[in-house]
Amino acid sequence: MSDPALIEGRGLGAVRGERVLFQDVSLAVQGGDGMVLRGANGSGKTTLLRQLAGLSEPQAGTVQRTTNHHWIGHSNGLKPHETPRSHLANWARVWGSEIEVEDVLLQMQMHRPADVPCRLISAGQKRRTGLGRLLLVPRDIWLLDEPFNALDADGQALLAGMIATHRAGGGAVIAALHGTAPIEVSDEVVL
Amino acid sequence: MTLPSPLLSAFRQALSEAWAGGAGVLLPFGFFAGTAVLVPFTMGSDPDLLAKIGPGVLWLALALASLVTLERVFQADLQDGALDLWVQEDGSISQIAAVKTLAHWLISGLPLVLLTPLLGMMLQVPATQTVPAMVAYALGGLTFFLWGGVAAALSASVARGGLLIALIALPFYLPTVIFGTLALDEGLGGTSILFLAASTLFALGVAPAAMGAALRLAAD
Repeated sequence: MSDPALIEGRGLGAVRGERVLFQDVSLAVQGGDGMVLRGANGSGKTTLLRQLAGLSEPQAGTVQRTTNHHWIGHSNGLKPHETPRSHLANWARVWGSEIEVEDVLLQMQMHRPADVPCRLISAGQKRRTGLGRLLLVPRDIWLLDEPFNALDADGQALLAGMIATHRAGGGAVIAALHGTAPIEVSDEVVL
Repeated sequence: MTLPSPLLSAFRQALSEAWAGGAGVLLPFGFFAGTAVLVPFTMGSDPDLLAKIGPGVLWLALALASLVTLERVFQADLQDGALDLWVQEDGSISQIAAVKTLAHWLISGLPLVLLTPLLGMMLQVPATQTVPAMVAYALGGLTFFLWGGVAAALSASVARGGLLIALIALPFYLPTVIFGTLALDEGLGGTSILFLAASTLFALGVAPAAMGAALRLAAD
């Protein structure tokens, strides 16, 4: 434990109505780690991930992030009128990215439907577009909620490759998953 | 001065989103024009009566027309996950909400103001009042959109929140409506137009912070 953690949660807890969803969850990831959150449906994987991202206020415990993160949630954040190209170009502008959007589209294999409005493309293509945001700016922490959902075998291999590259470059991934993970798991939190 | 890129991007995205609303873009326009056109038929065409109630009818129509598009402003962001992304932009969600509201006002609110001289003519509003009326309706319309935006942010997670938006926003419309109507009587030289402008400034100052806080809650 020489390096300071990129992201650390201490004693996290969440309450839904009158039920304790989870409590006293502590975790920390360093560069290169790939942590997987596991649990049955409704066990609080998404809630925990949202607390780590700062989207939800933890009902107990604290979260410390030392650096910026990328967020891929259940919904991809695409507007029905946007095209994959305009979506990625928009967020590239927001984040001051210099990267060529065309390259990201190629890498996500989204260059063919790049100019089709997002209301017309398939769920897997939407997910690929959303995942393309990960490539716009390098950020050390990736928080991914069921990132393999809706992806075909090609897409899953693509994402697994992106995660491996990211970790090899010193980045960390925390992903909520069910089923077998096509990535190398360094740590597991079961809720 | 250039806007920071997140704000500029949010503005462009909101503009194209408002524009992509299809017929929804024309809804406030039709609502506004429809109300104002129907009034002479329902009240009779007595010029004195129309001149007396005309400016008030336009205020009423403007206030209600501003409410009809606001429901989707933030609700769509919550549903498609874009709100999560905006909330994670460091501390700027209030400004982003303000910029989005301004974009919607430009698309759905400003055209109403440009329509008022024509409708004013039908309602026997004296020609000398046209310019003061447009200034007043522009200020008032912007204020309506800002308070309406707060209501829309508060009810973002409520399905079919239109009624809730109206209930929350309408009390905030009162000062604007009162000073706005007085301003039309007094013209640009009076004090009421200043009070109207002050109510707009107040909304500009307070509403973005309120929207930001409400959207953080909605994302939680």
